[in-house]
Amino acid sequence: MSNLLTLIVVLPLAGFLLNGLAGNRLGKAFVSAVGCGLPALSFAAAVAAFRTLEATGEPIVDVVFRWALIGDSAFEVSFYLDRLSAVMTLIVTGVGSLIHVYSTGYMKDDASYARYFAYLNLFLFFMLSLVLGRSLLVLFVGWEGVGLASYLLIGFWFEDPAKAQAGKKAFITNRVGDAGFLLGMFLIYTAVGTLEMDRVNAAFMGPELPAVSASLVGILLFIGATGKSAQIPLHVWLPDAMAGPTPVSALIHAATMVTAGIYLVARLSGVYLHAPEASEVVAVIGILTAFFAATIAVVQTDIKKVLAYSTISQLGFMFLALGVGAYGVAVFHLYTHAFFKACLFLGAGSVIHALGGEQDIRRMGGLAKRIPVTFITFAVATAAIAGLPPLAGFFSKDEILWFAFASEAGGAPWLWALASLTALLTAFYMFRLLWLTFFGQPRMDAETAHHIHESPWSMTGILVVLAFLSTVGGFVSIPHFLEPMLPLPATDEHLHHFEVPLIVVAVLIGLAGLAAAAWLYGGDASRAARLGARFTGLHRLLSGKYYVDELYEAVLGRPLWWISDRIFLRLGDRALIDGTLHGLAGVARLGAAALARIQTGNLHLYVWLALIGIFALLWWSFGHV
Amino acid sequence: MSEPAMLNLVLFLPVLGMVMLLLVPRDAHGTVRGLALAVMLLQLALTVVLYQAFDPQVAGLQFETRLPWIADWGVYYHIGLDGLNVLLVLLTAFLGPLVVAGAFSAIDKDVKLFYAMVFLIQFAMLGTFVAQDLFLFYVFWETMLIPMFLIIGIWGGERRIYATLKFVLYTAFGSILMLAAVIYLVLSLQATSGITSFAFTDLYGSRLPLDIQVLLLGAFALSFAIKVPVVPFHTWLPDAHVEAPTAGSVILAGVLLKMGTYGFIKLGFPLFPDAARALTPAVMVLAVVSIVYGACLALVQDDIKKIIAYSSISHLGYVMLGLASFELIGIQGAIIQMVSHGLTAGGLFLMVGMIYERCHTRDLAAYGGLARILPVYSVFFMILTLAAIGLPTTSGFTGEFLVLLGAFDAAWPQYANGAATWPLVLACTAVLGVVLGALYMLRLAQKFLFGESRAPHAPLTDLNLREKLILVAIVAAVFVLGLFPDSFMQKTELAAREYQQQVLVEPESRWVRAAPDGGSP
Amino acid sequence: MDNGQLLVALGAVLFALGFAGLVLRRNVLVMLMCMELMLNGVTLCLVVFAQQAASTAATVLVFLVFVVAAAEIAIAVPIVLLLARHKHTLDLGAYTDLKG
Repeated sequence: MSNLLTLIVVLPLAGFLLNGLAGNRLGKAFVSAVGCGLPALSFAAAVAAFRTLEATGEPIVDVVFRWALIGDSAFEVSFYLDRLSAVMTLIVTGVGSLIHVYSTGYMKDDASYARYFAYLNLFLFFMLSLVLGRSLLVLFVGWEGVGLASYLLIGFWFEDPAKAQAGKKAFITNRVGDAGFLLGMFLIYTAVGTLEMDRVNAAFMGPELPAVSASLVGILLFIGATGKSAQIPLHVWLPDAMAGPTPVSALIHAATMVTAGIYLVARLSGVYLHAPEASEVVAVIGILTAFFAATIAVVQTDIKKVLAYSTISQLGFMFLALGVGAYGVAVFHLYTHAFFKACLFLGAGSVIHALGGEQDIRRMGGLAKRIPVTFITFAVATAAIAGLPPLAGFFSKDEILWFAFASEAGGAPWLWALASLTALLTAFYMFRLLWLTFFGQPRMDAETAHHIHESPWSMTGILVVLAFLSTVGGFVSIPHFLEPMLPLPATDEHLHHFEVPLIVVAVLIGLAGLAAAAWLYGGDASRAARLGARFTGLHRLLSGKYYVDELYEAVLGRPLWWISDRIFLRLGDRALIDGTLHGLAGVARLGAAALARIQTGNLHLYVWLALIGIFALLWWSFGHV
Repeated sequence: MSEPAMLNLVLFLPVLGMVMLLLVPRDAHGTVRGLALAVMLLQLALTVVLYQAFDPQVAGLQFETRLPWIADWGVYYHIGLDGLNVLLVLLTAFLGPLVVAGAFSAIDKDVKLFYAMVFLIQFAMLGTFVAQDLFLFYVFWETMLIPMFLIIGIWGGERRIYATLKFVLYTAFGSILMLAAVIYLVLSLQATSGITSFAFTDLYGSRLPLDIQVLLLGAFALSFAIKVPVVPFHTWLPDAHVEAPTAGSVILAGVLLKMGTYGFIKLGFPLFPDAARALTPAVMVLAVVSIVYGACLALVQDDIKKIIAYSSISHLGYVMLGLASFELIGIQGAIIQMVSHGLTAGGLFLMVGMIYERCHTRDLAAYGGLARILPVYSVFFMILTLAAIGLPTTSGFTGEFLVLLGAFDAAWPQYANGAATWPLVLACTAVLGVVLGALYMLRLAQKFLFGESRAPHAPLTDLNLREKLILVAIVAAVFVLGLFPDSFMQKTELAAREYQQQVLVEPESRWVRAAPDGGSP
Repeated sequence: MDNGQLLVALGAVLFALGFAGLVLRRNVLVMLMCMELMLNGVTLCLVVFAQQAASTAATVLVFLVFVVAAAEIAIAVPIVLLLARHKHTLDLGAYTDLKG
């Protein structure tokens, strides 16, 4: 079938329209069937497209329609499938379909069931446009569109002003990044004359470089990526985004949407290969984000917030890989991360479900026996993210560490050292989460404890599938699969003897994190509290998330408001412009009042005045003729 | 029917409607409303036929009518469609029935007079767009003022007299200067070439010294800038919008504001190309100032109508930026942005009118959580909000994206070869404007639709069929223009190119009219 | 001094008399008559000049003035009548309603 790619994209759109327009009338069974069925079909189509791709070896191009033709610049809506977009499409439709099924259980009792599935399908539609779009324009449509879906889903329970506020914050922070994205896109268009990404890459890889600094393009696009993928300095929206339903956090804010920035950089690797400065910025921002987010995650007490900061941190790892030229490795980590982070979030959802909405890990504990399936899958995913072999996270994280150390395209020992420290923190805070949630004494009240129950099979089944994928996913070597289009960077020959020792170190780091968490939280509960008390300042700084939100509010939010209100509105509009106008009107009124005094109503006076006027005019004209 | 005759019919249909209204008894409100809607729908149907017949491959005027009016002065009744006005005529005809239907329940005082005034302004607006003779243009331009004055002054809110006087004085002030410039322009054409003509095409060929051009463009531009409105000539707009009845706001935002930008693209810049090039920095600075200033002010308003009014200033700043980029993409984007703004702002004002009829307040603080109370209303409001933000797949994106791309495309080479940095700075500032756009529109949506449910005069009834149909029409148009703008832009491309040539090509090679065929000495 | 000059002088005298009456008298009806007197003075001059210049246009203009004057009186007298009925006086001092 020739329009397979269009079909992949359009199926979720059909789901959105059906559920959005008629969902409320047709009942939950229909909504579930449409909401899960169409993404599943989309996944099937993606598999078929992938097989065609592998059979022919040629990228599939699917031109849908011409959006605009202005002069000689054509903007086409077309889809493009190569190995990179195929991997992304399979992740998006595959994990997406799983999370849709999970949602039928999780959202079962929600009044806005149809609206939820409509939004979720809308998200898939835009996400697929993003990964399949051939032109940056289509990618941007998807880019903004997933932002919209994310906005709507974060604020899904919009009666709570804080949740609606979180949605708005996400949208606006993303918009800041989008401004950078737009500028980068414009710059590419001005320099290359097309927005189709395969051509852009070809132009930058070709013999004649476009007359524009690749680093400038790279940095501008990376600004967009920091917005969508929650990197410093635009990371502030993601923790707040946890206000949305938990499956949404799993799908959008962990597995797929937030990886759009990674995809963008990998997609335009042709540009970044010629942009060493931009790559360095990507690597440094990536590692800093990874580190700082991990430190914050250590002290968070909300189960979803821990996972949110962990997501930011893992995305930082991916950017580190991109920055040192290991694009395939970044996509590899993206792929493994999609499984274990989705599993963690859905597991967290199952915990929250079991506890009737409780999210604070200080009021959990001892759940391992009460909800065993959730516990086992959560533990597997935790071990995966901590990088314990042979789970998926081990392979991808290890490769990132190796290239951060040895890549000739920007690798450096300090990057490796900081990344390893971050990996240690990751293992620590994840096992801390596991311990506080599932082990020790139950700390919830009796009423909640009484109602604890394992989730329905639609939820646990998905958890098992994802845990399985987190276990075996690492054996599919994505970097190798992508190597024809995303070659790995050369590594320093002299460092090759470090390769095996580094793997050993990485494994030890994972185990060290596990041991530290077990020691602090496993035995005497007061150990952690004592430790916190000893470093009060640090603890407060971390709990306050380095006060970045407060800083932005003070530096950007309030001044903008103040200037708008005081300078523009009160001084500019009211005082200066309207003041001048009212002043002029006042002068006119005063003049009229003065002249009105001559208007006595006495005709004789008027005649005399007319006479004087005539004589004056005559006098003047005699003088001037 | 021949097509030129049909354009005349479209133009004079509102006048016919006024005459027919005279025959209806004063109290037969239902008949008046039905008649008004029928006439407007007929006009829309005819306009669609004309639009379909408009050939994008033909440069210049189509469906032209040219009859002597005051032949001794070279004044002709000369109308026609070209690429610059065809979309705006379509927009005007499209909004006509919506304005009429939207006012069905809102206006119950002097209904007959009201619809007569709506017809009159419809006539004047269409006339301004299709006029190809400066005299005729000026007559229509001034005619627009009277019905708007009455619509705000009679059916407006509490401070309607203040608002309507401010509106009229502002615009009349600009018009007087324009009149002086028109007279000067025609006389100087007469002096240099011996032709007495008000025809646009003749006047395009007049070549005046740069300093005179700057003065005349200043006079025209002031008149147009007040209409757009460009900061700092904008303070009439929020007051006029707030006090106007819904129909007035929709006409004002939907079509009337485009008169200013249309004036720039049809008259201001092509008539005085040297001055236009010389003044481009000033125009672009004012455009970007409008974008940012309007957005910032929209951010701190508490009256829903004022937010949308200030957002109009910001959105029309994008139009001005595109027009002044003199880049084909930017010009095309500006034209689409004009139409898009007409749809989104018009639609939002209609929606504010609908909620006002139910709750009798426009104070944002009085509302909250409408998404729960009025779900259908909220869906439409959200869509229009997103279109105003410029979310892809909506018309707002098409306009904004192309305008910004055009501005950047024009600015970058100047920066790269070291000629000038300021265009790039302006283009980048305009791109940052999209962040502000999201900020104020989402603040509105946030407080209005989300949060705890509250609204005066609850329980409220959701949209009725009439209101739904109005909004479905607008939303459909928003998506069509966002997803498939190609066919629309094909119709305007040749004209946009001609405009670009008129302004950019140096006088030596510029096309000059060879022989007079109408003017008398 | 020829006839023409005499007639122009007469016209000037008529105008002056009319003007004097207009500014000195307070009776509205009399003032109206004085205005007619001024108009006639001017018309007389116009006729004389037309005669001297042998211009048909001027002659036509004279007739036009007659018509206008007749129309003016036809409107002015009813206005005075109505005013007098309203104020019960013809004294100008009472007619100051248009005071600014």
